[in-house]
Amino acid sequence: MDLRYSETDEAFRAELRTWLAGALSELPTPPARDDWPARVRYDTEWQRRLFDAGYAGISWPAEYGGRGASPSEQLVFLEETTRARAPYVGVNFVGTLHCGPTLIAEGTDAQKSAHLPRILRGEEVWCQCFSEPDAGSDLAGLRTRAVRDGDDYVVTGQKIWCSFGHVGDFGELLVRTDPDAAKHRGITWLILPMDLPGIDVRPIETVLGSSEFCEVFLDDVRVPAANRVGDENDGWRVTNVTLSFERGTAFVSEMVDALRLAEELAPDVHDLSDRRELAHVVAQLDALWALTKRNVSQAAHDGAPGPGAFMFKLAYSEARDRLGELCMRVLDRGAFDIHDERVEERLRTLSLPIAAGTSQIQRNIIGERLLGLPKEQPWPRSA
Amino acid sequence: MNFDLSEDQVALRDAIRSLCRGRFTGERVRKGFDQAMFDELATTGVFSLRADGFGWADAAITFEELGRAVVPGPLVWTHLAHGVAEGIVTGLERPRDGAPALLEHLAVADGIAVVDDDGISLVPSDAVAGVTALDWPLDPLTPVHRIDALPTGERIGGRDEAAAWRRGGGLLTAAFEVGMAQACTEAATGYSLARRQFDRPIGSFQAVKHILADMVVRAEVARTAVHAAAVTMDDPGIGDRERALSGARLLAAEAAEKNAKGSLQVHGGIGFTWEADVHLYLKRAWMLSTAFGNVHVHADALAARLVR
Ligand SMILES: Cc1cc2nc3c(=O)[nH]c(=O)nc-3n(C[C@H](O)[C@H](O)[C@H](O)COP(=O)(O)OP(=O)(O)OC[C@H]3O[C@@H](n4cnc5c(N)ncnc54)[C@H](O)[C@@H]3O)c2cc1C
Repeated sequence: MDLRYSETDEAFRAELRTWLAGALSELPTPPARDDWPARVRYDTEWQRRLFDAGYAGISWPAEYGGRGASPSEQLVFLEETTRARAPYVGVNFVGTLHCGPTLIAEGTDAQKSAHLPRILRGEEVWCQCFSEPDAGSDLAGLRTRAVRDGDDYVVTGQKIWCSFGHVGDFGELLVRTDPDAAKHRGITWLILPMDLPGIDVRPIETVLGSSEFCEVFLDDVRVPAANRVGDENDGWRVTNVTLSFERGTAFVSEMVDALRLAEELAPDVHDLSDRRELAHVVAQLDALWALTKRNVSQAAHDGAPGPGAFMFKLAYSEARDRLGELCMRVLDRGAFDIHDERVEERLRTLSLPIAAGTSQIQRNIIGERLLGLPKEQPWPRSA
Repeated sequence: MNFDLSEDQVALRDAIRSLCRGRFTGERVRKGFDQAMFDELATTGVFSLRADGFGWADAAITFEELGRAVVPGPLVWTHLAHGVAEGIVTGLERPRDGAPALLEHLAVADGIAVVDDDGISLVPSDAVAGVTALDWPLDPLTPVHRIDALPTGERIGGRDEAAAWRRGGGLLTAAFEVGMAQACTEAATGYSLARRQFDRPIGSFQAVKHILADMVVRAEVARTAVHAAAVTMDDPGIGDRERALSGARLLAAEAAEKNAKGSLQVHGGIGFTWEADVHLYLKRAWMLSTAFGNVHVHADALAARLVR
């Protein structure tokens, strides 16, 4: 059990620091929250710079343009970029953190070479079209229909809460291909080019006052069958691959950023009970950072990240909520201005216990899969 | 970096766990700490561990297992005193302003270690006068005496040693608390599978399942914090030792207390009885939360590290 980075890791850190110092000094000013064309440009240009310098897809295989580096270098990368306040993944979130890893695990060679390098170069923005108005927590209850017709699937239905839907070039799309099978058995995973005829994307305004996600209406959209990832009706398994990435690592970088936020808040916290609350939050975030290191170590060792990966998101959502509440209390009437980074963060992080599986669903999963507790009795079906 | 238990550490953990399963059963533990228990733990190397070449991380793994079995006794103090004082050692922070001292396990102890900011003193346990035993201590497995006047004793360590004992004591207490928190999760999970109401195991009810899910997460997060603090104590170059330690202590104390309460709730009426083990965990958690700095002390210490 040790926490010391190797000499190779430290050499990587030193080199990355030098590069970041130069690259960040040339960065344009960050765009306004509601200026989406500018946000896409800002985030993808940064992704491109990372790629050109050899820092995109740190742990992705080199054959798809990644760095092929060790998981500990991935941690060093997260540490250094966050500490240096480099741009967040932003619109590259789904591509680099969900879709990329899913394609690496499940995609065909053609799909991998078509998308992985472009994702890393910031040339493709992805969105996730999983949820539907009637299929949220019960995602497997999704109803968007896909009927095979020659070399295409013809897709009709409605998706909702698709982050980056209005700026995405491609979507991860879940459809029902067998309406007669049990609900988990009739689902297929498709790559959806967002510019196909029959797609209508309508942004939804969030509590931040900007459009962070969208409704996506699909009306007889012809998606080539070659875009299918995994087998027909095997999409639920493929989905779980994606969701395991989401739970395991996708939130680590913002967790490290939360530590930065907490440390920067410290000098402004004067009230004794607030200081003690800050100490608790920092203790939790420090522990989650250590838990990440444990997950990564176990994954390197056993091929799977171990029980900690199931726990991360629930614990992180709670710590982050406490930090958000603390910010509001410390800012007092200063919180009346939404432009303060800390107010904006408080609002944004209200979504953490909801997005990517609510905290209740996380507790069900932990109870059932880690503790072996029985599922609740199914509700009797109405005839 | 490999922040997973090494093979040797897994073997150590398993050895202590099976020792506890075999020798420190519920029935034995309920009889309290005695010389025979001390001898068995000493033979296993619980107290001499670090003198034998093991690190704080190994000691933490060991104390986690002892906590799982709520083994009674001044285990942490005796571990700290190893090599400095003979036999069973109990201890406390010197009470401020001549306030009376409350001390655990006086009757079985050979010596009392007294820590203050300037150092550590050792008082032979038969040298104290004005001693009254509490006839009803909070934790039935932890006898407590009130001492009206604590002698000065003999200096056995200075400032640095006092600071080191506080750190080490805090770490091992936190490890013990994590073990207790895990034991509570396991006991409550087991009960929730066995106990049936409304024709089904109570563990299938979400209201119960979610209590248990929170318990397992709380214990695991605290455990990771304790391991990180231990590793940082073994290798102080890797981070802020005080911050890691105080954070671990905050989370571990909270986990022990909240998981004991969660277990009590999941057990229903039986959880409120003397017969069930739940109260032993909760009462010990309350007592330990005052040792080597309570949660306020550690919260203040951690907050102070953030504004340097
Ligand atoms: C900011 C944000 C971004 C998102 N981005 C995307 C995206 O890019 N792509 C995408 O597909 N989706 C996205 N989502 C959708 C997200 O995955 C869903 O909101 C989430 O799964 C919950 O579904 P729901 O909103 O329909 O709520 P519901 O499922 O209706 O849940 C409502 C409440 O009921 C509770 N509940 C439901 N079922 C149970 C149960 N079995 N046991 C206990 N409690 C239960 C929930 O915990 C919740 O509190 C995003 C959501 C947010 C907030």
